[in-house]
Amino acid sequence: MKFRGKIVDGACLNHFTRISNMIAKLAKTCTLRISPDKLNFILCDKLANGGVSMWCELEQENFFSEFQMEGFSAENNEIYLELTSENLSRALKTAQNARALKIKLTNKHFPCLTVSVELFSMSSSTRIATHDIPIKVIPRKLWKDLQEPMVPDPDVSIYLPVLKTMKSVVEKMKNISSHLVIEANRDGELNLKIETELVCVTTHFKDLGNPPLASESTSQDRNPEHMAEVHIDIRKLLQFLAGQQVNPTKALCNIVTNKMVHFHLLHEDVSLQYFIPALS
Amino acid sequence: MKCLVTGSNVKVLGKAVHSLSRIGDELYLEPLEDGLSLRTVNSSRSAYACFLFAPLFFQQYQATTPGQDLLRCKILMKSFLSVFRSLVMLEKTVEKCCISLNGQSSRLVVQLHCKFGVRKTHNLSFQDCESLQAVFDPALCPHVLRAPARVLGEAVLPFPPALAEVTLGIGRGCRVILRSYHEEDADSTVRAMVTEVCLGEEDFQQLQAQEGAAITFCLKEFRGLLSFAESANLNLCIHFDAPGRPAIFTVKDSLLDGHFVLATLSETDSYSQDLGSLERHRPVPQLQAHSTPHPDDFANDDIDSYMIAMETTIGNEGSRALPSISLSPGPQPPQSPGSPSEEEDEAEPSTVPGTPPPKKFRSLFFGSILAPVGSPQGPSPVLAEDSEGEG
Repeated sequence: MKFRGKIVDGACLNHFTRISNMIAKLAKTCTLRISPDKLNFILCDKLANGGVSMWCELEQENFFSEFQMEGFSAENNEIYLELTSENLSRALKTAQNARALKIKLTNKHFPCLTVSVELFSMSSSTRIATHDIPIKVIPRKLWKDLQEPMVPDPDVSIYLPVLKTMKSVVEKMKNISSHLVIEANRDGELNLKIETELVCVTTHFKDLGNPPLASESTSQDRNPEHMAEVHIDIRKLLQFLAGQQVNPTKALCNIVTNKMVHFHLLHEDVSLQYFIPALS
Repeated sequence: MKCLVTGSNVKVLGKAVHSLSRIGDELYLEPLEDGLSLRTVNSSRSAYACFLFAPLFFQQYQATTPGQDLLRCKILMKSFLSVFRSLVMLEKTVEKCCISLNGQSSRLVVQLHCKFGVRKTHNLSFQDCESLQAVFDPALCPHVLRAPARVLGEAVLPFPPALAEVTLGIGRGCRVILRSYHEEDADSTVRAMVTEVCLGEEDFQQLQAQEGAAITFCLKEFRGLLSFAESANLNLCIHFDAPGRPAIFTVKDSLLDGHFVLATLSETDSYSQDLGSLERHRPVPQLQAHSTPHPDDFANDDIDSYMIAMETTIGNEGSRALPSISLSPGPQPPQSPGSPSEEEDEAEPSTVPGTPPPKKFRSLFFGSILAPVGSPQGPSPVLAEDSEGEG
């Protein structure tokens, strides 16, 4: 298995760094899937993650000026690696003002993803910083658990309000309750509700807009004002919101009543999907 | 003793104290004829730091009042640091700082004269003490590096702030390499990320070192001096010798002198054993031969020979293939090659593990009364005064 890539464009480098910072906030350990056209950061819904799953996808040619990979086999031309997300984001942090960044799969005592950063320096010589990120290669037989999650037909699909606002609301709510209800309808309204013995707090967001539904069948028998709701762990929602340092280009949320909430964000050309299951 | 610091030098003094606080918990303050010296040592005796401020650094400097002996005192670092805690405040509001030591009252008085007529007086209690002296001589070190602190500051940026140790070495083509060092922990399943920074020869004002020379020292302690040197825009000089011998970091300008002496690691890096190219050597001989005060006459354990794994990367197409390093053999006593630990037992039966520093650093031997507990020092011509009431 081989992988090597090079990023020379400053904007691409910064974008890639931001994505990796976001991933580091969303998942302590994650899977990196390398395929000829794409890179994916994956978190599958294991018990350890509390049932949360994540699927982040980016097109490699939007970032890399050079990209070569050789997967597990010709039929399965993919590589699945497990790594500590913070290592990658820390390695990329040094590339803030770099001339170039090279990333490749190596084996130095142990399998690593080597990130090599060529820095600008005052003197004529190049200064190079190298980070060897330890990785675990995921065996072929476990790949089936790491596929793109199926998105069930949502009951309601709605565009999200400004994430910063949502985050500050949820942050305050976290002090009062450990779980919250997120509900929305097809009339562009979204509510965040918490309820305890002493107090109920609801924050209403209006005029958000709803994307057109793929299947119109369910919409007929529903009053557009009818709220689809799901009960979730507030900390999981907060973790998701805290990961969004930059406001996304597009953000929508799909609610499957009493089952889960699915967030789908687009950061320029990088797509992020985050699934939070309902509390049982 | 009485001295007066004014203007921007107050902040410099404050920064120096901050630097020293990274090393030890007690500050030894000694007014000498050639200036005020502030010294400290860490609890495991593996790091020593000293700043000497020349009389010209002060607006007024009086080492002793006539008729009195030179006073020396030892203060809690925390107490002294609290006076200079906020560097921002020092810079903005403090106009003068007066430090006086009165033998009669057992108080070190630090008085800050601030703007708007505010005067803050700190009365710090101190203990009499003997002089803290570390035995070291930069001139004895064969390898020297000198670079602006800023260059070194930039070089350590990629390393995680929590990183304890770093290896500094000379690679092929006179490139200086800094690499994160992680103690091999057999139990840990989570490996740490390894970071390496490579600097070219041109970044250094002086580079006098053999290719393959390398040492591992505590990065956290080094950062203390580095931040001081960066803020004062000074050049930092690193003198080092074989692994196991202390490394000496110095900064200097016309008004002050700073020395940080850090112990370096001296043990076999177990990774390196997989690479056939590295040989295991016998323990560094000088350690056994001398009982005289010598910088490496250490009281402590582990004298395994030390290999720094600056090995070539397997399968790495990069041009930075680093040579593997072996200790340049000095005069070696004849010994049969065996596992270093066995030899160590044979070769140094007198080694009694003193208070073992957690990381197998050697303690610096000071040739002073501040010898570590339980150390089996032979009769050595001690360079510092007798211990009086010590140990």
